[in-house]
Amino acid sequence: MEYAISVKNLTKKFGNFTAVDNLSFNIPKGKIFGFLGPNGSGKSTTIRMICGVITPTSGSGKVLGYDLIKEAEKIKQNIGYMSQKFSLYEDLTVEENLDFYGSIYQIHKRDLELRKKELIEMAGLKGKENSLAGTLSGGWKQRLALGCALIHRPKLLVLDEPTAGVDPVSRREFWHLVSRLVKEGITALVTTHYMDEASICDIIGFIYNSKLITIDTPENLYKTHGTENLEDIFIKYVKELSNKDVVSSFKEIKASRNGDEKNEF
Amino acid sequence: MNFKRMLTITKKEFIHLKRDKASLAIAFIMPIMMLILFGFAVTSDVKNVKLVVFDGDKTKESRALIEKFANSNYFQVSDIVNNYDKVEEYIDKGDAKVGLTIPDGFARDVRRKEAPKVQILVDGSDPAIARTAAAYSMIIANNFSLTISGIKSSQPFKLGLIDARARVLYNPMLESAKFNVPGIIGLILQNITVILTAFAMVREKERGTIEQLIMTPVTSLELILGKLIPYVLIGFVDFLFVLALGYLIFDVVVRGSLILLIFFGLVFLISALAMGMLISTIAKTQLQAMQAAFAILLPSILLSGFIFPRESMPKIIYYIGNLFPITYFLEILRGIILKGIGIDLLYKNMLSLFTLTFIIVLITMHKFKKTLD
Repeated sequence: MEYAISVKNLTKKFGNFTAVDNLSFNIPKGKIFGFLGPNGSGKSTTIRMICGVITPTSGSGKVLGYDLIKEAEKIKQNIGYMSQKFSLYEDLTVEENLDFYGSIYQIHKRDLELRKKELIEMAGLKGKENSLAGTLSGGWKQRLALGCALIHRPKLLVLDEPTAGVDPVSRREFWHLVSRLVKEGITALVTTHYMDEASICDIIGFIYNSKLITIDTPENLYKTHGTENLEDIFIKYVKELSNKDVVSSFKEIKASRNGDEKNEF
Repeated sequence: MNFKRMLTITKKEFIHLKRDKASLAIAFIMPIMMLILFGFAVTSDVKNVKLVVFDGDKTKESRALIEKFANSNYFQVSDIVNNYDKVEEYIDKGDAKVGLTIPDGFARDVRRKEAPKVQILVDGSDPAIARTAAAYSMIIANNFSLTISGIKSSQPFKLGLIDARARVLYNPMLESAKFNVPGIIGLILQNITVILTAFAMVREKERGTIEQLIMTPVTSLELILGKLIPYVLIGFVDFLFVLALGYLIFDVVVRGSLILLIFFGLVFLISALAMGMLISTIAKTQLQAMQAAFAILLPSILLSGFIFPRESMPKIIYYIGNLFPITYFLEILRGIILKGIGIDLLYKNMLSLFTLTFIIVLITMHKFKKTLD
């Protein structure tokens, strides 16, 4: 089977600190891979290695058939990266942003014009071509960012917390778009803190303290843990691994606040 | 290295510049403001210094001497008083900077061709004015003695000063602007490029857009060069622009080779760009970049010899001044613009400028590589 991402014993150390410790996994093409873990657990470092931005301290891997270390340039040319936090030049217009990335990926002029039309259509940005990106509202910004990430028709889409701080409606629309892209054959690597988004994924990897704790389909995870609530599974792992009972459920938090009193108006 | 990608970055940078009023102002208004401010304000020229006179002689000759002082551009007679104590009082109060006392018997001495004695009191609390005012009054008094009595210039007034007659080279009128303008050119070139480059790089970091860029096939070399091109152009245009303005406003003509001047301007531009880059690798926000830029620019203004002569600085301060490329560039600018000298006399400054530029570029490249990983 041909994998979109395949890494073996991937490790990254910064001085004495091991940011990513011995990661191995395979992600088949055309799937959505949800990469979960608390902040600072090593998600971003892993993504950066997969995208060919930083070189692993040890281990090896292939992305879209290209070697992580030797063919980083080819990997970069074939992946699209999008993050809610970053990516757009707010003082450039919608069209200038698309032009810029199109030109960075060296798309031919005629091709770029066509592709731009497609993406503006897709993102629902028609009529906004000459608006500054900074003046767009959250949902639009996010779809423009996705557009920029797709301008060169990448085979692998890396979404780094793509919906952080986005309203529920825009969030659904966004995932609708991503599903469509995956149907068309793209592979997606997603990090998120929203468990409803994680449940859409075909494969879920859970990283904690630089180590990959589990990697499986959501269905198998439900079976193993006897619950269909991914958040509970996530919390359970953290409890087990950190040996601390720091996190109680939202119900418990509310109950402790209200004491014995009945919740009445 | 892919030229198309590099130029894409350059094009984007120009759009940023076009839309960012603050950067535009720094690029095109700051040079004019600096030139005019420094050219006119930073001056040690003495003009219209207030003069108080006590004429104890009250003769045709003494009045002629006062006339001489009054007619010069340097002094402006604010009052004529009746006794010596009044002169001191005027200076104490600050109503006059210089006092001229002509004793009784001045005319007699002039006629007898004996060196007549006049006293000149100078308010020394502002040394720059004091020194120049004293020197001017001596020149006026000397000229006076020549015309009135035909006393040879070897027998000047005794002013309690040594009769040293200096001939001033290159800038005979000792105009500050002539001396300052070449320095301002260097300063403008440095400040604008350092600030703009530091900002341009930090902006991508601060806004997080660099995170997106590093995911694309753009290499760091393409990114750096692409980003620097607009600022090289701006720095260069400003350089020529200020040079032209210096000629139009202050009448400063390039005496030496313009091509040589431009060549050194480009070398210096590289060092300034590298300094800006260095700041941007260290600073995380534009505010930090601004502070770091000032931490470099302020001492460079004070220690480079732009305002204060380096020769009179304490040794340690003098050596710190040696660490700034602008120190050598100023010597080169003044050498080529004012003295019209060439490489044969400038090679020491040239070597220092080259070495320093090379070191700064090396440090910057090293630092930049480290921050990427």
